[in-house]
Order: sequence, then C-alpha cells, then structure tokens
Amino acid sequence: MSSAPITAPAAVPRRRRRARRLLSQPLAVVGLAIAVGWLLVAIFAPLLAPYDPLAQDFPLTQAPSREHLFGTDELGRDVLSRVIYGSRLSLPLALLLVVLATALGSLLGAIAGYFRSWVDPLVMRTTDLVFAFPAIILAMVVTASLGPNIRNAVLAIVIVAWPTYARVVRGLVLSLGDAEFVQASRLLGSSSRRTLMHDVLPNLAGPVVVLATLDLANAILLLAGLSFLGLGAQPPDPEWGSMVSVGTQYFQYWWMGTFPGLAIFSAVLAFNFLGDSLRDRLDPRGVSRGKHQGVA
Amino acid sequence: MVLAIGITFVAFVLTQLVPGDPALSALGPVTSADPEAVAAYHAHWGMDKPLPVQYLTYLGNLLQGDLGVSQLSHQPVLTDLQHAIPATMELAFLSIAFAIAVGVPLGVIAAVRQNRASDHALRVVSLAGISMPTFWLALLALYVFFFRLDWFPGGGRLDPGTTPPDQITGLYSVDALLHGQWSLAWDAFHHLILPALVLAAFNVSLITRYTRSAILEVINDDYVRAARAKGLPEHTVVVRHVLRAALPSVVTVIGLVFANVLTGAVLVENIFAWPGIGQYAYQASLELDLPAIMGVSLFVAVVYVTVNFVVDVLYGVIDPRLRLS
Amino acid sequence: MTLLAVDELRVRVATDDEPLQIVDGVSYEVGEGRIFGIAGESGSGKTVSVLALMGLLPRGASVTGAARFEGDDLVSMTPARLRQVCGREIGLVFQDPLTSFHPMLSVGRQLTEHLRHHYGATRADARGRALALLDEVRIPDPATAFERYPHEFSGGMRQRIAIAGALMCEPRLLIADEPTTALDVTVQAGILRLIDRLRRDRALSVILITHDLGVMSALADDLAIFYGGRIVEDGPADELLAQPRHPYTRALLDALPHPESARGEPLRGIPGPPAQPGSLPSGCVFHPRCAYAVESCRTEVPELRRLGDRGLACPVDPFAP
Repeated sequence: MSSAPITAPAAVPRRRRRARRLLSQPLAVVGLAIAVGWLLVAIFAPLLAPYDPLAQDFPLTQAPSREHLFGTDELGRDVLSRVIYGSRLSLPLALLLVVLATALGSLLGAIAGYFRSWVDPLVMRTTDLVFAFPAIILAMVVTASLGPNIRNAVLAIVIVAWPTYARVVRGLVLSLGDAEFVQASRLLGSSSRRTLMHDVLPNLAGPVVVLATLDLANAILLLAGLSFLGLGAQPPDPEWGSMVSVGTQYFQYWWMGTFPGLAIFSAVLAFNFLGDSLRDRLDPRGVSRGKHQGVA
Repeated sequence: MVLAIGITFVAFVLTQLVPGDPALSALGPVTSADPEAVAAYHAHWGMDKPLPVQYLTYLGNLLQGDLGVSQLSHQPVLTDLQHAIPATMELAFLSIAFAIAVGVPLGVIAAVRQNRASDHALRVVSLAGISMPTFWLALLALYVFFFRLDWFPGGGRLDPGTTPPDQITGLYSVDALLHGQWSLAWDAFHHLILPALVLAAFNVSLITRYTRSAILEVINDDYVRAARAKGLPEHTVVVRHVLRAALPSVVTVIGLVFANVLTGAVLVENIFAWPGIGQYAYQASLELDLPAIMGVSLFVAVVYVTVNFVVDVLYGVIDPRLRLS
Repeated sequence: MTLLAVDELRVRVATDDEPLQIVDGVSYEVGEGRIFGIAGESGSGKTVSVLALMGLLPRGASVTGAARFEGDDLVSMTPARLRQVCGREIGLVFQDPLTSFHPMLSVGRQLTEHLRHHYGATRADARGRALALLDEVRIPDPATAFERYPHEFSGGMRQRIAIAGALMCEPRLLIADEPTTALDVTVQAGILRLIDRLRRDRALSVILITHDLGVMSALADDLAIFYGGRIVEDGPADELLAQPRHPYTRALLDALPHPESARGEPLRGIPGPPAQPGSLPSGCVFHPRCAYAVESCRTEVPELRRLGDRGLACPVDPFAP
C-alpha cells in the first residue's frame, strides 16, 4: 500500500479551524501577549514611567525600593523609568530595521530568482559574502566605520540581515517558477506580472512573515549588543543594551544590569515564541530556516 | 576560495572609506614626522598607485605572511593574531564540546518524544536559550558565580601575575598539561569554564533544535521501519539508524556554530576580558585599525573555507553515496 | 497445520478529525509451508493489516482482535516479546528495496545486525551465514557484496538481498509486501521464482501481498481478496481465480487485458473509485460499484460465509455454480 497520508473530509470550514488551532498554541499566545504588552508600554511610556528617564535627581545606586522599583543607577536616574522608555528605542528601531531588511532582501531575492541572468549570481555571491561573516563582526565594523550612533547601527544590521530574505525568497521563486500550477497558469495565458501577483507572491508571504518575526527577535538582540559595545545608542539614551553595559561595570549593583537585560530577554522571547509557533502554520516545509546566526 | 578573496576585497574597500592617511596612525606620532618613513610606508603598501594595484599589493604582501602592522599594538598583525586566535580557539573548543554533548542528546530526546510533554518543555527551554542576550547571561553568571559564590574567576585567561606556559599550541590549558604544570593547567581551565558555558548556552539551544528537526526528517523513513521489523531494540534503531541518517544535517549545524563561535564571540570575550579574536576585532573597530580589521577578515575567510572543507570531508565519511568511487 | 490464525483483526487510526477504520474484521489462516496471497487495491487495508501483526503501526493506531502465531497472540503480546518474534520468527520484505535499506550502512551490517542481536552470533559467524544466504539468493560475489552499500546495487539485486535479510534468522513465516511492484517486469519473474524455491527448500510459509493477480496465480496456494478493509472472498487460489464468485473478484479478473481478446475491444474497468477509509459506503463496501447490487446490499454488511473451502461475503452470490 502506498504511504500516502490518510485524509478524511473536513467537517469544519478550513479558515475557522486554522484560527482556532493557532490560538490553541500556548506559545503563540504567550508570545503575542508579551509583544503586545511591550507595544503598549512603548506607546504609553510617559504615562507609565514614574519619573523622567533622564532626570539625575535621585540618590545614587540605590537598591530596589518602593520609590524606585528597579533601583537607581550610577548617575541617580530611576532604572524603571529608563527601562520603560527604553522600549521606545529598541522596539520601533528593530521593527524599522526588519521592515527595511525584508523589503530590500525580498526584492533582490525575487529579482534574482525571477529574472536570473547576471543578477542572480551577483546577488548570490553577495549573500555568500555576508553570510561568511558573523553578524556581530560585520555590524561592528560597519558601525564603527560610519560612526558609532544608533542610526548607523540600524543601517549596519540591515546590511547584515537582508541576505537571509534574499536567499529564502529567491529559493521560493525558483521552486515556484518550476511548480506545475504556475506553468499551467502561464500556459492558460497569464502574463508574467499576473503570474507573479497571483501565483508566486501569496506563497511567499508565509515563510517571509515567519522569517521576519524571528528576525525581529534577532534584531533586538543585535541592536542591544551593539549598544552594549558602545557602537549603537550613545549616552544618555536609555537603551537597554547600553544600560546592561554600564551595569557590567558596576555589577555589585546588580539591579542596574539585570532589569534592562530582563527587558531584552522578554521581548526577544516573545518574538521567538511567536515566530516559532507561526512557523508550524505558515511555513510547514521549513523554507525559512535559512541561516541562523547567533549574537555571541 | 573565491569567497575568501571576495572577503579581503570587501574589507579592503571598507577601509578605503575611512578618511585620513593610515600611514600616520600606523607609524605612530614620532615616526610619521619623518617624511622618508612615511614614503617608505606608502611604497610598501603601494599607496601612491591606483586602487586596484593597491589591492594587489596588499594581496601580495599577504601571501608572504605580511598582514601589516596594527595601529593599536604597533605589532605585526600576524603576531597579534597568533596570540588572539589560540585564545578564542581554547574557548571555542570547550564551548562547542559542551554544546554538542548536551545539545545532540537533547535534540534526539525531543524528536523521539515528539509532541509529548518533554518535547514541549525542551522547545520552550531552547527558545529561551536563543533569546537570552549573551552579555546579560554573562553578567548574571559573573554576579552569581564570581561575585557572590566565588566559585569562578571573573575574567582573563589566568590569575593576574601568572606566567602563561611556553607556547606549543597556544591553548593555555593544553600547553600547561603538556609541560606537566598541573596547577597552571587547572588555573587556565578554571578561567575557561564560565565564559565557555555562557557561550554554550545559546549554542546548546541551537543544536538541540536543529538536531530535533534533522531527526524528525528521517524518523519516518522506510528503513527505520525495516529496522524495527527486524526486532532491533529501540535504542539501536534510534542511534544506529535514525541518528546516523540525520548526521549530515547535524554536522552542518555544528560546522556553522563552530565557525560562528570561533569568529564572533565578541560579547563574551568583552565581558570576560578574554584576549581573543572577538576582543581584537572590537578594539580594532573602535580605533579603525585598518590592518587589524583586514587581518580579522582574513581570519574569518580562512575559518569559513576550512570549516566548509572539513564538513564536506565528513559528509563523505558519513554518507557512502557521496564518495567518489 | 496452521501457522498463523488471524481472527477479527481491526485497525483504527486516529486522525485530526474522525478516526479511520482501516481494517474492519479480517480473519484468515496461513498453513505451514503454504503461500497465502492477499490481493486488493490501494486503500484496501492489506499492508496495514500485516503491519499491525508486527506492531509496526504509528502511535495513533489501535489494533483489536487476535493473531495466533505458533500459539502466541501477536496482538496482545508485550512489545518486548513482539520484538523477539519480529525478525527472528517472522521476516518482512518491503515494497521498495531502495528506501527500505539504510543508505549509510553496509549491506553486510544490515544483513547481520538482527542475527547478532537475537542470537548473539559473533561477527564472523553472522558473516558466514550472510554469505551463504547471499549465495542462495543468487547474488554474485557475496564476499564483495557484503562490504558494499545498498545504492551500489540494482533494484532486483536489492530485493534479493532484502529477502536474504528477512531469512537470516530462519523464520517460519515470510511476509512479502508487494515484493515485485517496484521492479521491472523482466526482473519480477526472477524474484517470484526465488521466493517459491526458498519456500520449498525451507518449508517456509509466505504471506504474499500484491495487487497483481497475475503474480497471485503464479505463486499463491491460498488467496484472500481485500476490499475496503474487509475480506470479500477467500479460498484456494487456483479455484478462486478460475471461478470467482464475488462480483469484485470477477470484475478484477475481467479488467485484466487478455491476449486473446478481439482487437478494438474496450478494456473493462470497474466503474467508480475504490473505497477509501473514512468514506466507506454503508452496508456492503462494494455496492456502489457492483452491477449485481440489490437494496439490501446498501443496508446490511455481508458476513464472510463459509462455502466448503471457500469464503464469500456476498448474499447475492450471482455466480454461484
């Protein structure tokens, strides 16, 4: 007997089943909750933060207390407020970064896969080049060359991140181009552009969304890492990575580094949870696995 | 190979973007006042010639083992690398060994118990592992194990004031052992543990996840069922049949992770004051020490090519279908 | 003497929606030294029923009924005991000789591992036995073949090696699931002759699963026709194939092209798709496609009635002699 999967007629309309199953995944729910939580914190920061994040009015390096839930830092600033305002830096910037990288990478990858000719090898060699470097080294060097500030850090990470999208999209476009339903559609008379819009693009969306979500997690980590090294956000910006960096110098005052790091951890965790759960639904063939680099 | 050259080319281009005369910073304030010395420097690196020639000159010097002089240390870059590379290697080897020893079995367990409680638990744990900022973990580790418990030293490769063993491999623990200096070997190893573990945290999670998916990909293959039909015990089926079939994918991941650790452990090295490649690259970046940056790029290229080569060789060993008859 | 007696075997598989009844009350007996053929289309449950005997179904499957092999019931056996029986007393040959071998282990390794596990044979002893068997299945140069890898052989050779592997522990029963389907026609005859010869040399019992009635007629002593997870007809193979009584069996035979048929005569297929688990018709599973169905065929599930040494699950019995 063939090893074909055993299917049965569906009793419930497919879309409703899919939505129900997505929500039944606890990881997705937790991830979404935390992500939305941070989003709200970022939006309502002025209302939530007890003090001005830049105000140096308080006693120095105080341990967590009722007035200062996360304690104060070496310049007398309230750590809780700084952590809250830090979400206004890390999250929107990471989001921007991922959007740029996705757009650039997907575009290049689609062009490479669809039109081939000389574009394809060029794009491929370039992605190979970027992939050979560990993300942090490349980002570090680029940021340093351009001048250490957060804008250049974002640019550097976009440079590091786009190749993954290019690779994935190119691969998808190539395989879809050969796919029978696309060829059938073209035989029936669809123009090149219609093929692209109707047949190719909808199949790209799933893996790219998964990749973008996971990349968002990575982007937050990388951005924080660069700031930690002093190559991203500059003082007095309340960026989580630079706060941990200062915390390392004063690590007997454990609250200075621990809470910002916890913020990074929770945000990154949220998007990793979300992306991983989405992967099962939107990208069952695991196309978006690509190359996963670490920030070490 | 082409890639390696490409890397050096890109690095070269990047360094050209930086304004200023590198000769001035390479030679230091005193020597660069001497026009002849500056001219000699320019000539050596072909800087009065057009860019492509400069690049070729650089390559030429490279092949002779001359990577230029670091602006920071005022030593030949090659020498700097000879000190920095073994430091990172020592860290990388221990970290990877740990990551493989823990990650692969966990991945197997997660795959074999797919969708059961242990699989879900491992999934959450490994997602947490890759979400943790390395520098934060390092900070916590230092705080708990160094500051509070005093179980481990707080950084550096040896206790301050200790002389490193005479260099054979450059790996302090190994060299000390080879010289029979037991307490020195222990000191070196003691300093290795905490950074290696922190570095491993991320990689264990990565290896677990990739091993799990590699195994799931083959676990329903027909030959697994055939092995069970022979009445073989489950552990034999899993290890000899399933794991071996998944091995090529696992080896690929380990190769990637190894290359990544070897070349990119910047944050850990920074926090633990570990004088390895990561730290070297960081300081080179800060000072825009061009020869040093180029040297690091070269190292990255070499690692990349070597790891790919080793992985290909391993593929041939594991999978007889890939061997040339 | 009966070697294997299957009694009301049922296999149900859990899916995302409804559970599927893949095998629905199958009973048969395999005699010593006899070749028992199981014929049917895909989806009829023939492969799943034997996988159930050996405990090789995925986790969501539940098996009820009994299968007495040499006195012990395979269905209710402990997994440990079942693992002993499999490979040692029952050998299994799969359909696709390419995918049922591990690509990275040598032929010799795959031939000897279960012998060494079940009997603790030494490597040298196991190798000796493997070489003897390779010779018996007519693999040239067994010593070299032993060191080679599966991908280095042709499909027919691989199947011969697979048969050798199944016989390593001297089992009493060999189960061959579509052993020739993945092979070229020219190679098929050789494999069938091999199975027959081995059976005679060893007094081996064989369960032969195939959809190819031509193969059945060549080899099988007894035959059971599967459809929709049930047996619709069984009996001695020669008799059954010469005088089929179930409409399905007859339609199957009629569908075979005959060399004597007139030119231009259309091939006679069976109208409608084969029944699939999960969407089985009510009553007799074959009734939507049956030319002889009556009203009761739609509502009542026919029992497998014993008529002498034949079994028939058709109350209409249009071809009764």
